[in-house]
Amino acid sequence: MSILSPDKRSQPRLLLPEALRRNSLAVLSHVALMAAWYLFVTYGNVPSFVMPSPVDTFATLGGANYDWIRNTLVTASEIYGGYALAVLVGVISATAFSWSRPVEETVMPLLVSLNMIPKVALGPLFIVWFSYGIFPNTIIAFSISFFPVLLNTARGFREVEPELLELVRSLRSSKWQIFAKIQLPSALPYIFSGMKVGAILAVAGAIVGEFLGSSRGLGYLMLQVQVTLDTAAMFMAVILITLIGVSLYGLVTGLERLVVVRDARVQ
Amino acid sequence: MSAHVTEPFIRVESLRKAYHRGDEAFLAISNASFEVAAGELVALVGPSGCGKTTLLKILAGLQDWDSGEVRIGSAAHPFDPSRDIGMVFQQALLLKWRRVLQNVLLPAEILGLPNRASRERAGELLAMVGLGGFEDKYPYELSGGMQQRAAIARALIHDPKLILMDEPFGALDALTREKMNLELLNIWKKSGKTIVFVTHGIAEAVFLGTRLIVLTAGPARMADNIEVVLSEPRTLEVKTSERFGEYTRRIYHLLGMD
Repeated sequence: MSILSPDKRSQPRLLLPEALRRNSLAVLSHVALMAAWYLFVTYGNVPSFVMPSPVDTFATLGGANYDWIRNTLVTASEIYGGYALAVLVGVISATAFSWSRPVEETVMPLLVSLNMIPKVALGPLFIVWFSYGIFPNTIIAFSISFFPVLLNTARGFREVEPELLELVRSLRSSKWQIFAKIQLPSALPYIFSGMKVGAILAVAGAIVGEFLGSSRGLGYLMLQVQVTLDTAAMFMAVILITLIGVSLYGLVTGLERLVVVRDARVQ
Repeated sequence: MSAHVTEPFIRVESLRKAYHRGDEAFLAISNASFEVAAGELVALVGPSGCGKTTLLKILAGLQDWDSGEVRIGSAAHPFDPSRDIGMVFQQALLLKWRRVLQNVLLPAEILGLPNRASRERAGELLAMVGLGGFEDKYPYELSGGMQQRAAIARALIHDPKLILMDEPFGALDALTREKMNLELLNIWKKSGKTIVFVTHGIAEAVFLGTRLIVLTAGPARMADNIEVVLSEPRTLEVKTSERFGEYTRRIYHLLGMD
């Protein structure tokens, strides 16, 4: 077979379809990391308050009275809520900018300046303004993931080929037609690339909020168990936080696959 | 052919257009006057910055001008500026997220033309430009030349009376470009449209045009208006004929390149 085809890629390497092969390699690397973690802790004489084994970590789910489900739901709702708000407000404001030049020229520079503020530094202020709990943490998650969504979306609306606009204007198209048929679909790849950046930031925002002041959530739980040096529970909390982030990111990329043609996606 | 007095389809009279940047003014077009009969293929030829794209935009109603007169349409060929213009640019400008058929249908959607009839017509046009069977492909699955064919089909979907083309084959390789020139002549004959074709390719202009409007840059002015008579139908052989050489030499001379 390899004599007939000089193409290296068609040589039998692993007798698996390409996608399956790639996926199984990805799974393999994750499993390998877990195995390395386990072996390192078990045979390296690492005290469990420094680094617990994977088994100890997952065992905390059943044992101690940490109310995992409720805390996970609290953190997830802060992340998802703040993020959804960020996407909504970000896309709507970018749309408003694309519709009105004066609005963009007035508000956009202001937002760029505000973007320079490290959002987590506002955490203590938000707590003064909105008190403890889910709401201020949602707001921190929102404020940190809002800007990438807004800036990318606004850029997407700007990057439309001017000649394409001329083409539809020569047909005396309405502003709404230009928006719905040209601007919005061509901005979609940018919206998604902003959404992906925002998804990761939203997680960080919510957790920082919980560190600063909260009585519920996985971030709060981490501070509680830190006192008792229950490192395994801290590990578990980090894993759960990560999984919330992964679920959100997966949701966004899944949606992107659904609505954006492959060639148009921003890498 | 136009020995008796027929009203021209396009009449441009003493047209002048300057762009202002700060207190500096750049003259894009000065004193351009010409007429185009319905069904002609006019090539606007000249170097970069001679105002040919500006002239095209004025014809498309996308740009105002300073003085002079531009009139399109005649009693025999009434012209509705909102639906009688088809445009083709150097880039195909197909919408990446639409399949070829949906791309061709865009002008029909904007104009609110009946869906079924438009789809049927889109199919016919794609067959005419040699893209039969590619209706369901995405633009990225097509070569540059094929994308440009789809763009031409899109410009024809609403059956406009005037097709404006701005260096439509400028981004293609030389061989594809020759092929597309022949195709365009074919499409033009079949459709009977009036076409205004902007190019800086002198040979291309002579090969395609029934009339050449020669524009020069610095100073921007209209240098000549030449009727091109070559043996019909035009094939690539025409390019080696003596007359063809005379026309191209004349343009080189006008552009001060001899």
